[in-house]
Amino acid sequence: MSNQGPIGFGDPNDEELPTFAGMPGDPLPTDVEESTDDAVTFIEPESAHAPSVAQPDAEAILEVRDLRMYFPVKSAGIIRRTIGHVQAVDGVSFQLPAGGSLGLVGESGCGKSTTGRLITRLYEPTGGTIVFDGKDITKTSARGLKPLRREIQMIFQDPYTSLNPRHTVGAIVGAPLAIHDVVPKNKILPRVQELLEIVGLNPEHYNRYPHEFSGGQRQRIGIARALTLQPKVLVADEPVSALDVSIQAQVINLLQDVQREFGIAFLFVAHDLAVVRHFCPEVAVMYLGKIVEIADRETLYNRPNHPYTQALLSAVPDVKQAAIGGRRERIRLEGDVPSPINPPSGCRFRTRCPLAQEICARVEPPLLQVGKRHKVACHFAGELGHHPDRPITASLLGVDDSGTPNPGATPSELVGDEPGYADTWFDLERKTMASSGS
Amino acid sequence: MSSFLSVRDLKVHFPTVDGVVKATDGLSFDLEKGSTLGIVGESGSGKSVSSSAILGLHRRTSAIVSGEILLDGVDLLKVSDEEMRRRRGKDVSMIFQDPLSAMHPYYTVGNQIGEAYRVHHDVSKKVAKARAVEMLDRVGIPQPDRRVDDYPHQFSGGMRQRAMIAMGLINNPSLLIADEPTTALDVTVQAQILDLLQDLQREFESAVIIITHDLGVVAEMADDVLVMYAGRAVEYGTTKEILTRPEMPYTWGLLSSIPEVGGDPNAALIPIPGNPPSLLSPPPGCMFHPRCTFQHLVEGDKCETELPDLVPGSRSETHLKRCHIRDSYLVYEQEVLPQIAPDLVEER
Repeated sequence: MSNQGPIGFGDPNDEELPTFAGMPGDPLPTDVEESTDDAVTFIEPESAHAPSVAQPDAEAILEVRDLRMYFPVKSAGIIRRTIGHVQAVDGVSFQLPAGGSLGLVGESGCGKSTTGRLITRLYEPTGGTIVFDGKDITKTSARGLKPLRREIQMIFQDPYTSLNPRHTVGAIVGAPLAIHDVVPKNKILPRVQELLEIVGLNPEHYNRYPHEFSGGQRQRIGIARALTLQPKVLVADEPVSALDVSIQAQVINLLQDVQREFGIAFLFVAHDLAVVRHFCPEVAVMYLGKIVEIADRETLYNRPNHPYTQALLSAVPDVKQAAIGGRRERIRLEGDVPSPINPPSGCRFRTRCPLAQEICARVEPPLLQVGKRHKVACHFAGELGHHPDRPITASLLGVDDSGTPNPGATPSELVGDEPGYADTWFDLERKTMASSGS
Repeated sequence: MSSFLSVRDLKVHFPTVDGVVKATDGLSFDLEKGSTLGIVGESGSGKSVSSSAILGLHRRTSAIVSGEILLDGVDLLKVSDEEMRRRRGKDVSMIFQDPLSAMHPYYTVGNQIGEAYRVHHDVSKKVAKARAVEMLDRVGIPQPDRRVDDYPHQFSGGMRQRAMIAMGLINNPSLLIADEPTTALDVTVQAQILDLLQDLQREFESAVIIITHDLGVVAEMADDVLVMYAGRAVEYGTTKEILTRPEMPYTWGLLSSIPEVGGDPNAALIPIPGNPPSLLSPPPGCMFHPRCTFQHLVEGDKCETELPDLVPGSRSETHLKRCHIRDSYLVYEQEVLPQIAPDLVEER
């Protein structure tokens, strides 16, 4: 039985994990080898599985600017005309630092998975640019994508449907090696076995089929497959949400270990705010195709400024509530997310927002930088209970408080659509620009 | 006077060619009207199998169910199939985890909800539909008179789950079993559904069993918690006791392996090593011992050879635990808590 007894993973003394980078016949790309040089040493038990730390100065390996993905909606009948577009992703900009992790959270349908798939170029974007390692990969042809696949890999949510049931684990994990011709045919099997060992599976099980494994083990197979080519960027699309609680922690720790060892940058797409907080030093919250707030972990979770982030955080059930009893006080959001085919005008969250006013329907709030590493897209951005009465963005956008254009005012130059952070930002308290120097 | 629902020594065994799978092995719990029991555990721990037994959903030819399930004094395991069918959906009803696969794609939502009503009430389709509209409205679906004619795929995930709840509650059951009711949902929708369940429970005075793996949901919803592992209860008591002063290493493992949104950001995530055991050949002694990291606290090889009883822990008569470790709550406070929630230690 494959699921009998412990397989030893998760034990801090587990010494199999770190042997990967130094394995024989390993065709590591040279630059990856450099970055993992010092990680070849064994992970100290005390520092193992530590949450990753933000490195503000790390260079961006991936930069996404004003990314858009519209899926056409066709009419029924013989002539299938396009009658509309699902605006799955609509103007998303962010940077992913090399070796760092960015979390994308939001509810289903907010475009977080589509963003992940755009970055892996499983879709061709409708607009915007994706720059990976200095190269624009937005329009790369199918042929040109092949080398790119070695650099950007993906872990899928559902370990039951993302593994071909008719292929053995050996074939699944070995396929990238064969396709990219990185090792001779007779070296594929030993390499597969090493990979299986890294992800905590029994290497002897390479000839088994996916159905013989439990959910957690299948997800490990998916991770092994993603690691096969030693990518620089891993898009993890809900990597643990299909797993049991005790297994989730194993997989999260495994992902953290491989990130540390190989310096892989993670785009961590998940709806579980706690998991994202644990994994990512930087988090972006998406709603209906747009980023509504992006900040470092501490700011986003302790002092969120967007009403949606605040509602989202207050909705998470908390184990600590057991000590008090009853339900936690929460911000109640009514209804469902509106259709992305015909999103609300102005701010997309306004239909469910407790703060919404006239301006919200007229003018779309820019993603305004309000702190050193903190951007928020809301006319009434502020900490919970301290939202301003008047829109902070009015003067910046050159409109009056109800959102009608104000001929007397000139719109100021905003830092809204740029990925990454600027050195100056709009101070919400003093309503002026501030900078890291002042 | 016994409780409203009293389960005694429930066993669900599946004979297979490889041997007997003891999916549930000697489970006992009580539940009063108007209160909520949370059953937590990993997949395969017997949570769903046990609750299916309460509904009489196990086929006699493939499962051996024994023990007692007393609902309002009647043993559900002794009643005829005919009688069980009369009760199922009326006295006891269930909300399933995945509403898309639990609903028939070819029938309208209203048709399916109305059917649940017509099975137990001799009414026309029209009356049943009106009742379905009423229930859809009650669970907060906008424009219920229009949406009642929609097919399940036209509903969003949260709406489908609401429709499932409407179906489960249409006959005002006195016992509602919710099997992972919010697992497939987003957090804000989850909050709405949990609010709804709680409101409806208050309104109908139902007893609710909520099966979940999310300890946060349990903390906010349940009065009592039953932690299951490999077909057996390993810890049972009030929610407050179990989640703030757990005495069983498996519960510690569950608490330490989930990150908390409001917890200490530096808290370590300590997974439970290994995988759940095979129920065909469960480990001897304590079922959890191959994954337990606290065995050294017990003298000799007691953990490997002797199955601990579910007995009151050292602190309270109502807090039952299945563990050999003596004064295990001290171990939790001194060894486990500082690692998983350093901020809580200071508070105490």
